[in-house]
Amino acid sequence: MSRPAARGGTPRRPARARTTLPPVRYRIITASLLTVAALYFLVPVYWLVVSTTKNSADLFGTFGFWFSAHPHPLDHLADVLTYDHGIYLRWFANSLLYAGIGAVCATLLSAAAGYALAKFPFRGREAVFNLVLAGVLIPGTALALPLYFLFSAMGLADTYWAVIVPSTVSPFGVYLCRIYAAAAVPDSLLEAARIDGAGEARIFAGLGLRLMTPALVTVFLFQFVHIWNNYFLPLVMLSDSDLYPIQLGLTSWTGYADRQPVLYQYTVGGAFLSVLPLMVLMTVLQRYWRTGLTEGSVKA
Amino acid sequence: MSRDTLSRAAPAAPGRPAPRRRPRRATRTEARNARAAACFVLPFLALFGLCFLAPIGYAVHQSLYRTERTGPLGLGGQEHEAFAGLANYAHALSDGQFLAGFGRVLLFGAVQIPLMLVLATTLALLLESASARGVTFFRSAFFLPYGVPGVIASILWGFLYVPGISPLVKIAGALGWDVDFLSRGSVLWAIANIVVWQFTGYNMLVLIAQLKAVPGELYEAARIDGANAWQVARHIKLPLIRPALVLTTVFSIIGTLQLFAEPMVLRPLASSIDSGFTPNLHAYSEAFVGNNPHVAAAEAVLLALVACGLSFGFLRLVGGRTKDRG
Repeated sequence: MSRPAARGGTPRRPARARTTLPPVRYRIITASLLTVAALYFLVPVYWLVVSTTKNSADLFGTFGFWFSAHPHPLDHLADVLTYDHGIYLRWFANSLLYAGIGAVCATLLSAAAGYALAKFPFRGREAVFNLVLAGVLIPGTALALPLYFLFSAMGLADTYWAVIVPSTVSPFGVYLCRIYAAAAVPDSLLEAARIDGAGEARIFAGLGLRLMTPALVTVFLFQFVHIWNNYFLPLVMLSDSDLYPIQLGLTSWTGYADRQPVLYQYTVGGAFLSVLPLMVLMTVLQRYWRTGLTEGSVKA
Repeated sequence: MSRDTLSRAAPAAPGRPAPRRRPRRATRTEARNARAAACFVLPFLALFGLCFLAPIGYAVHQSLYRTERTGPLGLGGQEHEAFAGLANYAHALSDGQFLAGFGRVLLFGAVQIPLMLVLATTLALLLESASARGVTFFRSAFFLPYGVPGVIASILWGFLYVPGISPLVKIAGALGWDVDFLSRGSVLWAIANIVVWQFTGYNMLVLIAQLKAVPGELYEAARIDGANAWQVARHIKLPLIRPALVLTTVFSIIGTLQLFAEPMVLRPLASSIDSGFTPNLHAYSEAFVGNNPHVAAAEAVLLALVACGLSFGFLRLVGGRTKDRG
């Protein structure tokens, strides 16, 4: 409760407005440093865009930072999509399935757990929260191998479940939701709803979830990106290439590229296409993302 | 944000005073609380148990056993699990390659984490002090690589490292500078560069978020006292973003120990990366190439222990002062 109130209480804009701009010399230095940094971060992406327009021969034969004489981006991307009976599209759909279902479930589970941890004083509450915190500190890849051993003993390895089920658990999401719910869902409001006779489930769905929306968007984004980027878990869990997410599929292409050099070109085009959805998602939701980050970091 | 939401939502549910029910409600609320809390927490806890606790338990169990065959010379016959005590741990800890992998990621972290966080902090402070124009563009540009998966980033940089295709190597060559990013001595730092490229912007955003939470009066007061930009950064901003720096450091430590995708993807390009380049890679090879799941389980347990130990150790080291502020 303290933080949003404190933040709202300080009229930020007037206090921060600068009466005088810093000297020109500083501004030039700042701008140049920022530009150099931007070059560093953007050049590989630029290389990817340029290389997507090239065929295999040009990929090796022409200068990487400039277009070839005959750029054909659309033809090359069509090749990527149709190669091997459209396996790329299947991988893409798999990635969407894993990240979409996993992130939605993780968000709802985290919301419910975080809300309860913030709003219901019950015995063992701190124990549960400490367990969740320990979960945040356990490296995911140290878990992936044991998880594989366990799932393969249960007969779950090499199925969609093997990737989806672990993706629905986000200790960090619970942590974030608890902090956010404690600050943004007022007890008096819950009390009022209870007096009006609303059930706990309805209060959670109608009030809790609505008030926690910025945190939920953040959890969803984090988890979506996390699952989409995850490589180790699907690598150990899956052997059927029909179940691969994009990342795994693309590395399987690079593995064969020695024998079939055209796969280098397909890898580049596939990498380009696979980066697009996250870019769109992050651009659209960046505002919420930043809101949520503040909550998470400040209370750490 | 949350404050706006509150004031908008508040009138929607007017509280009706109900003084008559006060005395009885206390116990009823408690029971209701416990039941509701259980319904909300249990689904998460069940899956948390299945995907976090059970695998750890299973790995610990597995690490204490080994597969034995009853046939002569250990060939053929019936396979069965025999208790091995700490033999698998002893095996892992006496494996020079595994230990070298640990040493490598620790060295990696000791260099890469400070480098990345100094860069992230510098960029956050620069963006905060820059005049408004361009700030949004720069912030998005720095953050962009976070949206590129580790595997894709490694493939990308792999192309920028490999001599035949890399424009960077070509440019360096034209300048009479013979570089080999993937040689034994430099490949670790080539990987460090990929990680810095990917995560600096993310860490920067976390730091900026914390900087934004600093009340503006503090800066005003400092400026009135005659502090210059550097002094404000050094004495006000840096101490105030300490909690965010602690958070990003802990996540970086955990991330470093998990290092896997980058060396795995670069392996076909760089002969200097062996199957035990990082502890994770070693455990993976033990499990799937060496067909030795028990040793792999022991290695996974060791990895988790070291990761938890290092992050808790770091939190303890900086803990006292951070807690007051958090």
